[in-house]
Amino acid sequence: METDAVFRALADPSRRALLDRLFARNGQTLMELCDGLAMSRQAVSKHLGILEEATLVTAVKRGREKLHYLNPVPIAEIADRWIGKFERARVKDLVAFKTQLESPEGDTE
Amino acid sequence: MSDPAFVYVIYIRTTPQKLWDALTDPEMRPKFWFGRRSESDWKTGSKHTLWAPDGSIDFQGEVLESDPPRKLTYTFETASPTTNVTYLLEPVEDSVRLTVTHDGFPDDSQQRKGVSNGWPAIMSALKSLLETGDPTPQVMP
Repeated sequence: METDAVFRALADPSRRALLDRLFARNGQTLMELCDGLAMSRQAVSKHLGILEEATLVTAVKRGREKLHYLNPVPIAEIADRWIGKFERARVKDLVAFKTQLESPEGDTE
Repeated sequence: MSDPAFVYVIYIRTTPQKLWDALTDPEMRPKFWFGRRSESDWKTGSKHTLWAPDGSIDFQGEVLESDPPRKLTYTFETASPTTNVTYLLEPVEDSVRLTVTHDGFPDDSQQRKGVSNGWPAIMSALKSLLETGDPTPQVMP
C-alpha cells in the first residue's frame, strides 16, 4: 500500500526540508531546490525521486526543465483517517494555540 | 499559459469512467465538494455553475476542454482574474491517477491560498467516495 511509501519518505529530515522549501515556494526546478542546501545535486535528485514515488511531490515538464510541486493529498488522507469530523475544529484550534505560543510574538499579548 | 500554482495527484481504485461520472454528476458533487451542487452539460464551450448549499452561486465558468473520460478543463470566473482547473484521468493498473492542476493565479493572491487549502480535502473525499461509497466528512478550511 502506498501509505508505507508516504511514511518512509517523510521519515527523513532532508526530504522534509525539501517539502518545506516547496511549501514556501511551489514549482521549483532541481537547480533552485539545490540552492543553499548542503547536499549534492545527486542527493537532492535521489530524495526527490523517493518523494515522487510516494506522490508527495509531482514533477511537471517545462521545456528542458522539470518543475517540482508539493502534493499534500497523501497527508490529507492521513489526517482524514485519524481525525474525526467533530474533532477537526478542536485539533485545529489546539495547533493554532501551540503555533501562537511558540512564535516569537506569542508572548507580547 | 503560466506555470501552474498547484499540481495535486491522487490514485483512486476505480475506472476513468466512474471517476468522470463522479466529477460531472450534479448529485455526486456535493458528497465530496463541501456540499456544493454542480450544473453543466460539461461540453467544450458550455457554462458551468457551482451552487452553495444556501442556493447562492459559489462560482461560475466556462468548459474549455472536455474529453471524457480523460481530460476536463474549466475556468473559475467568479474571482478576478479568471483561473483554470484541469483534471487529467490516467488509468494505472487497477486505479486511476487523477492530476488536478490549477493555474492563472497572481502570486500570493488570497484566492490562491484558500483554494490550496480546499483541494486536498476534496480529493481525499472523492477517493473515499469512489472506493468505499462513503465520502469523508469535510470541514471548510
